[in-house]
Order: sequence, then structure tokens, then C-alpha cells
Amino acid sequence: MSIGKSIPKIDSISITTGKPVYTDDLAMPNSLVVKILRSPHAFAKIKAIDKSRAEQLPGVELVLTYQDVPNIRFTLAGQSYPEPSPYDRLILDRVVRYVGDEVAIVAAVDEKTATQALGLIKVDYEVYQPVLDYEQAIGHPSVVHFEDDLYCNFDIGMEKEKNIVCKHHVEFGNVEDELKNCAVVVEETYYTQAQAHAMMETYRAFSYLDHTGRLVVVTSTQIPFHVKRQLARALQLPASQIRVIKPRIGGGFGGKQTGAVEIFTAIVTLKTGKPAKIIYDRKETFSCTTSRHAMRLKVKLGSDLDGTIRVVDIQGLSDTGAYGEHAPTVFSVVGEKTLPLYNKAKALRFMGQVVYTNKMPAGALRGYGATQGTFALESAVNKLAEKLNMDPIEIRMKNLIKEGESSPAYHDGKPLDSSSLHRCIEKGKELIRWQEKYPRVEMGNNKVRAVGMAVTMQGSGIAGIDTASAEIRLNDDGNYTLLVGSTDMGTGSDTILAQMAAEVLDTEVENIIVNSADTDVSPFDPGSYASSTTYVTGMAVKKAAEQLKAKIIEHGAKLLQVNTGEIVFTGHTLKTSDGSASLSLVELAYKMVLGTGKLQLVGTATYGNDVSPPPFIAGFAEVEVDKETGKVDLLDFVAVVDCGTVVNPNLARIQTEGGLVQGIGLALYEDVRYDKKGNMQTNNFMNYKIPCRKDIGNITVVFEESYEPSGPFGAKSLGEVVTNSPAPAIAAAVYNAVGVRINDLPITPEKVFMGLKNK
Amino acid sequence: MQIETIINDKKVRLEVENDELLVDTLRNYGLFSVRQGCDTSCCGLCTVWIDGKPTLSCTTLSFRVNGKTITTIEGVQKEAEEFARVLASEGADQCGFCSPGFIMTVLAMKRELKNPNEDEIVHYLTGNLCRCTGYLGQLRAIKKYLGVD
Repeated sequence: MSIGKSIPKIDSISITTGKPVYTDDLAMPNSLVVKILRSPHAFAKIKAIDKSRAEQLPGVELVLTYQDVPNIRFTLAGQSYPEPSPYDRLILDRVVRYVGDEVAIVAAVDEKTATQALGLIKVDYEVYQPVLDYEQAIGHPSVVHFEDDLYCNFDIGMEKEKNIVCKHHVEFGNVEDELKNCAVVVEETYYTQAQAHAMMETYRAFSYLDHTGRLVVVTSTQIPFHVKRQLARALQLPASQIRVIKPRIGGGFGGKQTGAVEIFTAIVTLKTGKPAKIIYDRKETFSCTTSRHAMRLKVKLGSDLDGTIRVVDIQGLSDTGAYGEHAPTVFSVVGEKTLPLYNKAKALRFMGQVVYTNKMPAGALRGYGATQGTFALESAVNKLAEKLNMDPIEIRMKNLIKEGESSPAYHDGKPLDSSSLHRCIEKGKELIRWQEKYPRVEMGNNKVRAVGMAVTMQGSGIAGIDTASAEIRLNDDGNYTLLVGSTDMGTGSDTILAQMAAEVLDTEVENIIVNSADTDVSPFDPGSYASSTTYVTGMAVKKAAEQLKAKIIEHGAKLLQVNTGEIVFTGHTLKTSDGSASLSLVELAYKMVLGTGKLQLVGTATYGNDVSPPPFIAGFAEVEVDKETGKVDLLDFVAVVDCGTVVNPNLARIQTEGGLVQGIGLALYEDVRYDKKGNMQTNNFMNYKIPCRKDIGNITVVFEESYEPSGPFGAKSLGEVVTNSPAPAIAAAVYNAVGVRINDLPITPEKVFMGLKNK
Repeated sequence: MQIETIINDKKVRLEVENDELLVDTLRNYGLFSVRQGCDTSCCGLCTVWIDGKPTLSCTTLSFRVNGKTITTIEGVQKEAEEFARVLASEGADQCGFCSPGFIMTVLAMKRELKNPNEDEIVHYLTGNLCRCTGYLGQLRAIKKYLGVD
């Protein structure tokens, strides 16, 4: 049995001991080095560009400007076709829309020459007034995208002349009418900041032409199949001429769900016929890729005097920066992953706009809108509890959706098939010792300790859209090869998919060879995002393995000349039920691949669901606030998690701890900031503070299993939900400690101090 | 310029540019375990030992290691693997990109500190960032590996 066991990751030893398994380790040593000339202006038009001096530099292979590249708009969003994100990019555009936007592509024999060539390109800009404050974007005199060939696959409500990328409005019941009937109403405006992914391996890719002249791109990506499609469109190349291979990935967190560097090496290889590679340095990774969408969220909650929440209304404004990658979908997720929670409400609404600004684009980042929505909604629920003089735990126990219940905001009122959220809350309350600590304990010496809590949900894959396939074949020597198109970015997804296959086939994980992902070889998978791999790809793997198992039994029965019903398959042996005859799996395996009229046994399956079952977390923070300085120390964070069945407890625990720390970073330290001209000020680890070992305090993770009937072995997702609870829980704890309500993240000592001063 | 060093117990003569950084020299030499995660000495990914001391190779000019001894994780594979197994049994490896630099720091700490307590371990490793694991699993693995509470 493999499910539920803490099996080490199948790639652990090679990745930890420094074996050459990541993209740059595999690049050909003779690859051309690709570098990008970037815009120094937040918004400008290229009047003239002179590349002749750069081209004449010895060692420079080519220099490309907007005049040299295909003129067709595309999106880098890693989404299934047809993407809801607007096609608003060109490989190189005559208009540059943020500081760092690409102006020219240089390829040279080495890095030094390429860097030198960048300095020899002369560009004359007509500088425009940039749109930097997203609250001023709608109706701003400057229009970020004024071109007329911008294209949307769907009507997303774009009004580009007003800098509106898209609009969204969902409403169940009548919010305005219901609010009139509420005894208590709270209203508050929250701000969540842009956050950087800060994965340790920066963006990188290399490309070459294979023996048939096809383009091969090796890239650190979460979305190999989407990258292939992006390349085909942007480069106007038949998709059959492109192969994308994903080796080991040094972290992604959603950043590598957006295409970044692949097009640059690919176009160099196509134009020169030579291998080419690009490695973004940390500064480019911070300032020329994507970040989390900054948002303003106005929340209105209405309740009865007994604390029954009757209205949840969230009005949002989201900053997508210069390009609209993931703009509509991240925004709609704000509502999708918050509105179903408080299902006693008679009216629910989420609406608002996403706007263009002249800053680095926003994109997918772990939590994908749910993080922003959770901070706003849960902070408002904590405020409502205070106004009602109720314990924040009690108000949640009373109002939260339970297993078997429905919400109009959850897949048109379908019942929720699995949830242990109420148990998670009870357990967390006990572990943090809420009764002793709520709301605060004065420590003397100007320090005060307090607790706060929040709950959160995410989804498991994208309902009705994301569908994955898996193949598993019985090899000639009796082991199996599992082919999937998903990406293990370090989460251990290859390992747990192998565990699932091993469980069905009653064998050990060692007998499963996992191949992921190579678009020439792997069955289609949208990629590893939207918390989909365990749930969506996992179910495809389970079904494929079940099909293969049935074939093994069927052919075993034939060889043993009995009926299928008489075969007992023990993983390594097929026996007749009376024990009179048997056949080893190895024997069956080679007999199936050798000789005439045989058939190598393969199981294949495809899975996608029309619901996206949510995992849940109850998060509890204990902080110590220094009343003299406003400094907040996180002492303890308790997260009790419902991800359905836990497939691999150790990997799940680390995944949770890592996600919590990313959430703690969002709550207390991380902030992508710009100066008044649109230059990013936080483009290195000196100015952009991700948590280090000393910043996080103690973390306790406990799983409270439920059973999701539509998931493999009862499993739901885990990857994203883990990031959402720290910010609202810590904000609540800070308020409980010193009575300062911080509604704009991150919760810095300055904000707490100023709050104390102005009280 | 030409430099002579001992890399992983092997005497080597290398031609390096005046402004070349050790991380590049080592990668060009085929030691792919040495990785760069930042350009500002902040992340610890590129940690190697110079004369036994953990040092950031992304901010060390290659000519400065002339006559010195360099150890990368390729040079201590057995010991590294021993710790890696403990790390993996905790599930605390995740993407693995920061692991070689992290492990080189852990092994250096093992040589330098006797029976370190939790605070000392955390302090020693503060310069090694990790975005995946949240650090606590790494700490559990280190304590188990060192046999300390």
C-alpha cells in the first residue's frame, strides 16, 4: 500500500546533492547567450532604434527589434485554449509599457559580448505620461493599450480606452435589499499588495533544432503544453514543429504558469539555426516577469443580531500592470473562493474591474485571487464578530458551509461533498489554546500577546476546463512507465502520482518510472496550476492504472486459460483463485511484447470534473506586539488542514509549512514597490524581504482528513490553500493585541506604530 | 589570468578572466551543483567551501582562490547524501535548487559547532534562503542528523 505513506520524493537524492538535472545544467555548452535590452521608461514609444553598432560587435550573432519579429498579438498566460486573458502582447512592440519591457533581443557568443552589445543599441523614445496608481487608472488621460489589434477570445468587458481590462459581476439574491433588513452592517476597505514569487531558480530556457529541423525548447515551466501553443502563435510556426521539454524545476509558485523567456531563445534559434539559452538574473526575475495582482477590496457584511451572516458583498479593483495575463481569472477567483463559505447568507455579490497600469504585469501566484479575497473577507468577518461581541470562532461555526450543504456560489448550488472545516476549527482552537489566550495577554515591558484566526478555501483544478490525461504501460521487464504532462516543481507531485499508480497496481513506487513532461511524449495536461495535479492528473493516473490492471488480468487469464473472474493479481503474480496455476507479472510482460499477434499493455485515461472541490484550512496566529515600536513577532501559527485524504503526509506537511511561510511573508514583510517614475524599488533580496529562518516563529500543521468522492482515493488539492490564512489571522491578532486595524498589507512596524500613535 | 587551486581534492590550473566570479568558473568547470539565486549575496545558493569555510561563490572573484582549496558538494558526496537522506525522509527537499548550498552550510556547521541548540542552528543558516519548505522541515532534519534536541 502506498497511499498515506511518507515516501521520500523519487528525485530527492539527485536534486539535493547537486546533480545536473535543471534547465541550465542541461544546456549545450556552445549555446548562444541571449540578453534583452529593456525600457528605462514606464510608458514610451520608440521613435527610432539603431542597432548597427551592436551588430558589428565581434561575437554578436543577431540583434532583433520590433521590426524583425512577427507582428501578432498573444498572451503569455498559461491557460487552456481559448485563453480568457487578452492577446495584448507582441514579442517586441514599438510601444513599451513598463520599466523593463522588452526593446531588443541580442544573441552573442558569450554573456560579456551580449551585455556589451546591449549598450551599443541606440534608442530614441517619445516618452508618455505613465499610469502608475491603479486607483487612478480608469479614465486616466493616458491609455496603456491604444493599439487596435488587441484581441479577446471572449467578451470579458474590456474598455481599453478607459484602461479597463475586464469587468466581473456575480450576484445571488439582492444585496441592496437584504442589507436593509440586516441588524448589523460592517463595511471596510482592504488593500493587498503585489507579491513576488521569489522561487530560487530564476526563469531560464534553452532551445535548439533537432535532427529533423524541429524546434526543441527546454524550459523551467509549469505549463509545457501551453508554452508550445504560445510559441506556435507568437512565432507563427505550426505546433507540430515544436517540442517543449521540462526538466527539474527550481520552484514556480505560479510564476512559471506564465510564459517568460521561451520565446526569446526560440526566435534566436529559428533565425540562426543555433542553440541559444537565456537566464534571467534575480533583478529581471523580480522586475520583468509577473507578480501577484495588487487589489483594493471593499467588503460589506450584513448580519442578524444573533450573528447569522445575511449578506456578503465584495467590490474589487485589481491592478494587472502593463499586460493582462490572468487578469480576468485571478479576479473572478476572488469571489469564487470566498462567497461559498458563508452560505447562510441570502445575498452574495462580487463585482469590480481589473485595470491596466504602466507597471510590471501581474500574473498567477499561489492562491490566485483567493489569497486577496480571503484577507478581505476574513478580516471583515473578524470585525463583524467584534461588533456583535461574539467570539470570532463562534461566528464561523455558526455560518460556515458544511459537508452536504450547498451555496448558490458553489457550482450553481451543488452540495459540497467533503469538508471537515468545522473540525479543523475545533482542533485549531485547542492547539493554539484559544481559551487561555483570546483576545490578549499583557506581558508587561510594553509587550502584548494576542491570537487571531481566519478560514480559507481554494479549489482543486478548474471545473469544466482543465482536463488531464495519463498513460501507463507495462514494460517488457515487468515494471511500469507512467507518462504525465504535469510539472513537479518540487512539490513531489511525480512521487504522489507514482504512489497512486502503485496503489492500484499493488506494487512498489520503485517499479513505476515517471516521465513528465515532454510534449512529444506526454499525454496532454494543462500543467501544474490551479491546485490541479493531485486531483485532476491524479484521477487520470488512477483510472489509467485501473484500466491497465484490468488488461493485465484479462491477458493473464488468457495465458492461464481461465476466466478473468478466476484471476487473483497480487501485484507481482497472477494466480488462479484455486491456486492451481500462476504466472509472474514479468512473464506476462515479456510474453505481451514478444511474438506475433501480441499487444503491449497500456492503460490510458482522461479526467476533468465539472466541480472543483475545495480544500479548507483553519489558521490561527499568536503574535507579540511591541507597543513602543509597533514591531510584530509571529510566535506561533497553527494550521489545521482539510485536503481530503492525505496521500503523502510528510510531503503534504512541508507543502503546507512552505505555503504558510509565503503567506506570513505576504502578511508581514513582502511588498513590490515602485518609485514615482515606475522603477521597481524592490528588485533584489536586499529590498524585497522574503522570510528567513528567524522570521517565522513556530508553525504547527495538522491534517483533519475528509473524503472527497470525486478525487483519487478521496484526495483534494493542497498547493494553494496553504497561503491564504496567515494574512487575515495575523492582522486579527495584531488588532486583538493593540487595537490597531491594519487593512493594507504588509503589516509593517511603521503602520502599527502610526496606528498606535493616532489612536 | 591563470590560477592554480585544489578543487575537490584535485589540483587544477584554470584560465579565468580578471573579473570572473567563482560561481561561473566552477560551473564552466562542470560543477553544476553550484547555483546562483541572486546577485547580492543574499540567498546562499552558491555556497562552497574555500579552505573549509562556507563562502558565497557569486561574490568571490575567481583569481582570489589562487592557491586555495575549494570544496563543492561534488567533493563531499557521501556525507552530503547521508544528510540528504535524512532531509528527504522528512519530505523537506521540495524543489532542491537551494539544497547544495544549504547542505554545504549544514556540513560546515557540523564541523564548526559542537552540539548546537536550535537557536544556534537557525542563526548559522540564516543566510540560506529557501522559498519552498518554510524552513521547519529542514530544521527537523538537521536536528535528527546531528542528534541534538
